[in-house]
Amino acid sequence: MSQSLESISNGTTVYVKHIKASGLKVKLLEMGFCEGKELRVLYRAPLGDPIAIEIGSYVLSLRKDEAREIEVEMNETLRP
Amino acid sequence: MKIALLGNPNTGKSSVFNLLTGLRQHVGNFPGVTVDRKFGKIKINDQESTLIDFPGTYSIYPRSKDEKVVFDSLSNSDNADYPDVVAVVIDAANLERNLLFFTQIYDLKLPTVLILNMTDIAQRKAIRYKLDGLQALFPEAVIVESNARIKSGKDRIEQALVSAPKRTGDNFLENASLLSPEDLAGQEQETELRFAKIRDELENLQSIAEKIKTRSEKIDRILVHPFFGYVIFAGILMIIFQFIYAFSSFPMDFIDSTFMSLSSWITSWMPAGIFTDLLTQGIIPGIGGVVIFIPQIALLFFFIGILEETGYLSRVVFIMDRILRPLGLNGKSVVPLLSSVACAIPGVMAARTISDWKERMITIMVAPLMSCSARIPVYTLLIAIVIPKETVGGIFGLQGLVLFGLYALGTISALLVAVLLKAIIKTKEKGFLLLEMPSYKIPRWGNVGITVLEKVRVFVWDAGKIILAISIILWALATYGPSDNMEKASNLAQKEAIGMQLSESESEQFIASAKLESSYIGIMGKSIEPAIKPLGYDWKIGIALITSFAAREVFVGSMATIYAVHDDGEFNSTLMEKMKASRHSDGTPVYTIAAGVSLMVFFAFAMQCMSTLAVVKRETKSWKWPLIQMGYMGILAYLGAWITFIILS
Repeated sequence: MSQSLESISNGTTVYVKHIKASGLKVKLLEMGFCEGKELRVLYRAPLGDPIAIEIGSYVLSLRKDEAREIEVEMNETLRP
Repeated sequence: MKIALLGNPNTGKSSVFNLLTGLRQHVGNFPGVTVDRKFGKIKINDQESTLIDFPGTYSIYPRSKDEKVVFDSLSNSDNADYPDVVAVVIDAANLERNLLFFTQIYDLKLPTVLILNMTDIAQRKAIRYKLDGLQALFPEAVIVESNARIKSGKDRIEQALVSAPKRTGDNFLENASLLSPEDLAGQEQETELRFAKIRDELENLQSIAEKIKTRSEKIDRILVHPFFGYVIFAGILMIIFQFIYAFSSFPMDFIDSTFMSLSSWITSWMPAGIFTDLLTQGIIPGIGGVVIFIPQIALLFFFIGILEETGYLSRVVFIMDRILRPLGLNGKSVVPLLSSVACAIPGVMAARTISDWKERMITIMVAPLMSCSARIPVYTLLIAIVIPKETVGGIFGLQGLVLFGLYALGTISALLVAVLLKAIIKTKEKGFLLLEMPSYKIPRWGNVGITVLEKVRVFVWDAGKIILAISIILWALATYGPSDNMEKASNLAQKEAIGMQLSESESEQFIASAKLESSYIGIMGKSIEPAIKPLGYDWKIGIALITSFAAREVFVGSMATIYAVHDDGEFNSTLMEKMKASRHSDGTPVYTIAAGVSLMVFFAFAMQCMSTLAVVKRETKSWKWPLIQMGYMGILAYLGAWITFIILS
């Protein structure tokens, strides 16, 4: 079952399932959010926004609005 | 030979640029955008080349206006910056994402150098990669390892740049071709294909040891803490401002007195005449007026440079972004706005780091409303004249409360105008944050020093020209009058002075006052009197308002000239007495509480600073924004002062 990255609590590791179609999609892809990518939610700024995420070997902060575009799942699906 | 230096942000690209060019760098313009075009001449094996530092981007396809220069310069061989060789800097600790951009560049089939940078950090993070495997993946690129922060790898990079071979046709992605920047669907597809291949290849090329909690992650626990994060940030700001105030006043006083004595020294041996006057009263004080800002600019960018180099600045953005966003600002607006409390000039220049165009414009437009240090002499003088020394509620001095109120007025109005501009300024770009949080590093003093030098150089050359020109015009307007007006006035004043049996210095001041009154500026000041009368001002204030367009603190000096008293700095008791005693033609006093506060409100809002205007012109690359800024601040000043006067009288 997939959910939006925005709703994942700190310290959880998740995997990218899908990015919603929008003008932002290609930018998110370029930042490394490709399908199956492992993410770890690190911490949130006060008011819960923005969110810092470890993606690969770097840390990216993104706003809630941007995190909402990314659907993730808890289990790694093996890529074909 | 032209060499393009490219790479993702935070890869140490500017360290590589500094390593290769040292102090031989110049700053120019990319056409049509607000990013600087930094370039430097380098000599390798007696061959001279130009190295161009492009803005850091994650993709060849532009995601903002400023990133467009990368695509434009690389996609068109007729472009003035189309390179002969491309050098891409890559963060060795972050190969996967960095390789996306590298493979895009590799597939352009230009001679290519891959600079694997920050190899030490990769090592610390226990990331290992196979260099020969990487070379096999990109057979036509020259790959070098470097660690530019500790100045390692310069020779290797230089030799790679001159030995990069002509390309014969190897592609990373089969049948890759450069897409149009508008073809988002095509770009999505291409990005997915590239990443799929990169990830496959990296499985064999790279090994990452089991994730260990990095030092940065531990530091972040404190620095972005919902409470301590803000406390620490406030503390750091306090320290920075203390340093700026403590260390800039001495060099500023020194510059001031040096230029004054230079002027009087030249006056003493040059023949009297227009040319000497132009030199000693127009040009030299004009240059002095530019140089005097250097200490503040240098100090502020020294500290900003450190914050940026260490990686702390992105944490500040992280904790401030949500708070400032509803105002149309960005987490990155914090530093420019707070810098403006010292001086709006470095504040506006610091707004450069805001990548979103709209948020940067709003920040620049409201920065001069923050109460800068040049307003202090004006406020001090006027408060001393019109605000009684009383205490309110037993503890608060009324004078101090008024000063606090003026600072609050500046800050609140800056934030309100920001909200307004957010609704007014339209942009096609959708603002996003997506900010990398680099790992903490020890700052490299060389990089900080070069940033400081560059900012000072840009200010002196680009804004300095405009400041000098305006100050010469203002000098001419204050020194000359129509036909023989001034001569008549000065002769008359001389006679009167003799009649009043004034001392030599007193009569000199008396004549100077009469001359200023009959100059073009004097005439302008008198002719705007009907317009400023509703605010409670007389023509003398009118004159000082026009002269203080040069800089706010000039108001005090102009008042001293007009009231024919010696200008001896901020606490001028003779001037205060004379101003207190001055009357309108109907006998009522000029400096009532209403008129005095109205004048302070005027100074809180009005864009009385040509240097800030010059810097805004330089930073926005057009006259449109500084003119709009001067206009809206002028209207705000007039209305604010008018309403204040009506309420208080």
